Amino acid sequence: MAMAQALPHDATMRTADGTPLKVALARAERREKLKAFALVSPLFAFIVLSFVFPILVMLYNAAHDPDVADNMPLTIAALAQWDGKDLPSEEVYAAFVTDMKAAQQNRQVALIGKRLNYEISGIRSKVIATGRKVGALDQPPFKEAVIAIDPIWGETETWATIERSSSAYTPFYMLSMLDMRQAVDGSVERQPQERRIYIDVLKRTLGISLLVTLMTLIFGYPVAYLLATSPQKTASILMIFVLLPFWTSLLVRTTAWMILMQDDGVFSQFMSITGITWLLNLFGQIDGSPRLFHTRFATVVAMMHIQLPFTLLPIYSVMKTISPNYMRAAKSLGGTPFYSFVRVYMPQTLPGVAAGCLLTFILSLGYFITPALVGGPSDQMISGFIFSATNNENNWGKASALGVILLIATIILYYVYNKLVGIDRMKLG
Amino acid sequence: MAVPSYYTRGETVAYYALRAFVGLVLLFLISPIIAIMPLSFNSETFFSYPMPGYSLRWYDDFFLNPRWSGALKVSFIVALATTALATFLGTLAALGLARVNFYGKSSVMAVLISPMIVPVIISAVGMFKFYALLGVAGTRLGIILAHTALATPFVVITVTATLSSFDKTLMRAGASCGAAPHTVFFKVVMPLILPGMISGALFAFVTSFDEVIVVLFLASPEDRTLPLQMFSGIREMISPTITAAATVLVLISTALLVTVELLRRRSERLRGVRA
Amino acid sequence: MKKLSLVLAAALLAGTALATTARAADELTIVSWGGAYQESQRKAFFEPYIAAGNKITEAEYSGEIAKVRAMVEANAVTWDVVDVDTQMALAGCAEGSFETIDWGKLGLDKAKFIGGDVTDCAVPNILYSTVAAFDTSKTAEPANLFEALFDTAKYPGKRALQKSPFVNLEWALMADGVAPEEVYKVLGTNEGVDRALKKLDTIKKDVVWWTAGAEGPQLLADGQVVFATSWNGRFYNAIKNDKKPFKIIWDRQAPDWDFWAIPKGTPKIEEAYRFISFASDAQRMADQTKYISYGPANMDSEAGIDPAILPDLPSAQDNLKTVFYPDPQFWGDKGDELRERFNAWLAQ
Repeated sequence: MAMAQALPHDATMRTADGTPLKVALARAERREKLKAFALVSPLFAFIVLSFVFPILVMLYNAAHDPDVADNMPLTIAALAQWDGKDLPSEEVYAAFVTDMKAAQQNRQVALIGKRLNYEISGIRSKVIATGRKVGALDQPPFKEAVIAIDPIWGETETWATIERSSSAYTPFYMLSMLDMRQAVDGSVERQPQERRIYIDVLKRTLGISLLVTLMTLIFGYPVAYLLATSPQKTASILMIFVLLPFWTSLLVRTTAWMILMQDDGVFSQFMSITGITWLLNLFGQIDGSPRLFHTRFATVVAMMHIQLPFTLLPIYSVMKTISPNYMRAAKSLGGTPFYSFVRVYMPQTLPGVAAGCLLTFILSLGYFITPALVGGPSDQMISGFIFSATNNENNWGKASALGVILLIATIILYYVYNKLVGIDRMKLG
Repeated sequence: MAVPSYYTRGETVAYYALRAFVGLVLLFLISPIIAIMPLSFNSETFFSYPMPGYSLRWYDDFFLNPRWSGALKVSFIVALATTALATFLGTLAALGLARVNFYGKSSVMAVLISPMIVPVIISAVGMFKFYALLGVAGTRLGIILAHTALATPFVVITVTATLSSFDKTLMRAGASCGAAPHTVFFKVVMPLILPGMISGALFAFVTSFDEVIVVLFLASPEDRTLPLQMFSGIREMISPTITAAATVLVLISTALLVTVELLRRRSERLRGVRA
Repeated sequence: MKKLSLVLAAALLAGTALATTARAADELTIVSWGGAYQESQRKAFFEPYIAAGNKITEAEYSGEIAKVRAMVEANAVTWDVVDVDTQMALAGCAEGSFETIDWGKLGLDKAKFIGGDVTDCAVPNILYSTVAAFDTSKTAEPANLFEALFDTAKYPGKRALQKSPFVNLEWALMADGVAPEEVYKVLGTNEGVDRALKKLDTIKKDVVWWTAGAEGPQLLADGQVVFATSWNGRFYNAIKNDKKPFKIIWDRQAPDWDFWAIPKGTPKIEEAYRFISFASDAQRMADQTKYISYGPANMDSEAGIDPAILPDLPSAQDNLKTVFYPDPQFWGDKGDELRERFNAWLAQ
């Protein structure tokens, strides 16, 4: 009773200890939010450290290339005065000789050559050879001596390239990804015909992903429909056929396809038994038994096999929520079965279709293992080139630039997916 | 599978056509996995049917050859460590996310789920360089960290899904019975989300156990995992030990699948959802 | 209680995993080319070395020197000894990927090794050769190598070639009419490379590309190809051990050396030296010829070689009639750019 008398009499609602309800509520909510933050932050910090930072490093590597800048400091300083028209002055050549001698000592010449070679084809071996011979040059004038070692040092384009590479940051790799490069005067132009690969690779990657998505949709939609509308027992049994591949390792599935697709393998035998081979021979499509291994066909089929559950399951979970009454109502209003299905049922499944297709498309873009194992050299997608750039060429700039392209495509689609579907509504099985 | 009596002619055709079509697709889905298993018992080094004879020699090679058994061991160690770490971090995060709508929640969620969506090769490339800076490239710890990053989204998703159908009044009931918050958590919440946690843990296990791209970049020869061993040997296609390895993996997958199914049923029963 | 035991279990697991992260202190990681060649090294070098009380972890690769460079650049070297071919040894040395070899420390005399002065950064171990082969039970003997590889009219069917420009480009140019002495001059120009690729274009759709040494003989054995190229020892192994009816075409064989190299920055450099010293012993290198037909680089080994294998070595007089020596300096300098050109051509 004493407490009640101590309370002020006004219109605001208060809690038992006298604080206004609004304030108490806000305080409680803040506490809740802090608790939530505290629970989420360990994982968030972990992901940032172990996942996001590496990606940032990759982005950095796409533009950061200090090979020339670090190893030719005097040359670059001397080139600052160059007007770009005729050959550089004697000071530049003198600086060049000093830099090359140091680089030869530190075994960095090959790196300089590698970097310059990306722009001027064939210069790598000349740089390395020059590194070896430059030790003999002791007396000025250096200009003629250097040009005597190799005429390429007497071309303005060479020096313009060196000057362009003088910054530790370069647009070179990113431009290459769009099949472009910097011309001698610094403007951006398209690469010559035989060096244009990456736009095609991008188109190929998008094309294959699109094809795989469509195929999984065509084959997966009826399956999802049957699963959703069958009685529980049958559906459970049928689900096993879908879930077991889903849970099986990607490598195992791809290996299985490799073995099946071999020449004279099971798939080939199947095609001859069912007469498909005979048909194809008849129409002149192939000669003898079909070559399936290392083809685009094998790649698409294998990818489709792996992605089918990813497209199927979201569609299935949406279909399960559609009441059969809609179809019955449509039919009772006079719609033919086909018409009702198309106009009433299908539109309701659209969210599931969108979710499944987008997911499959995004995942297909990043495929590496399957095209690498069952596809031929001309079926490699962007990831294959990234791997090849790091594993076979040690060109991390190129790998990173390719990664940037892939990442941008993924982020755009991820954003679309989030808007349409919402990641928090993703279900797994 | 009786056709309802009120079906039109067209619907009947569609009925059977649908079942035939779906049957073919399901056959397509399952046959590669089934087809590869008998080949592991092949007595010769061939990869096609018909098989000349049966033998367990590839399983011998798989379990006795230190290359393969060592790889299996490393895979298990890495996967178990990853599962432990991922389940712990993921469950915590899911609990935090389910509580309250704080500002930027969907962006946080997006970041947490991103390892599942971003192509692995991108992260692998970056991880090699970054982890080298940290000094963990080429170590088992590096692989575990990378795998944990890739596995946590699964735990977050499954536990979040379980929590979304979790009845919060149960917590209040516990509190009103006099339980302190942590008791409420351990005695009321945990048992109910345990299926979701275990489900997520199994996904995490599989993710790590099957992962090959990151290990291609980060593993030293002493940390070879089973998928790496398979991938290295696949191109040469010399030894059908790969088929034995594949069969073992399929059996492990089946076991995990069955576990997840049973858990799902149990969880539905517990939460009172009609199965 | 349940939660506590779960947490304990998790901690235990994590602890075990972390405890095993440190690299085993005394294990040496040796990387070689796999298959029959690595098997011969295992029998002749690794097993005796392990028997002498050391530990080895073996790994394989298919010549991706980029991996070594990447490790050295990132300072995350996990390979301690690598078996490399000549162009890799030269290129790797030029860019600082390999340690400079201190022959005194090895306790060996450089002058006694064929190819000992090719590079500072590696110790020669064998002489091998790139050759073609065919199955005598299925195919008639071709008149020469070019007929085998390029004459698809006379010998229809697929060929297996290494997925590398090395030797393939030279063979293509010679098949197109370039004299052997001129090959590298032509190949040094862009037009020359185009010419070689154009010649390869004529058979491109019939080529199965291999990366691992074991694939060539395997493809031939499976009947997937009519002719296959590989390193001569791999075919020798298929003929001798697997009893395959193959015959090696020694025409235009392209010999080359293999070396032991130590990636720069490896923490196990002392152990690496010990191993290389052990493996370069004259008798041990002679022993290796028992398992594969490659010539030892140690001149002192000649006395210990079994005469029965001499005709199968690349250095046998009969096999040297039309030998073509690839230019390692050319490949050391231009290897990278030619590989890039080749890969771009492949991907079209």
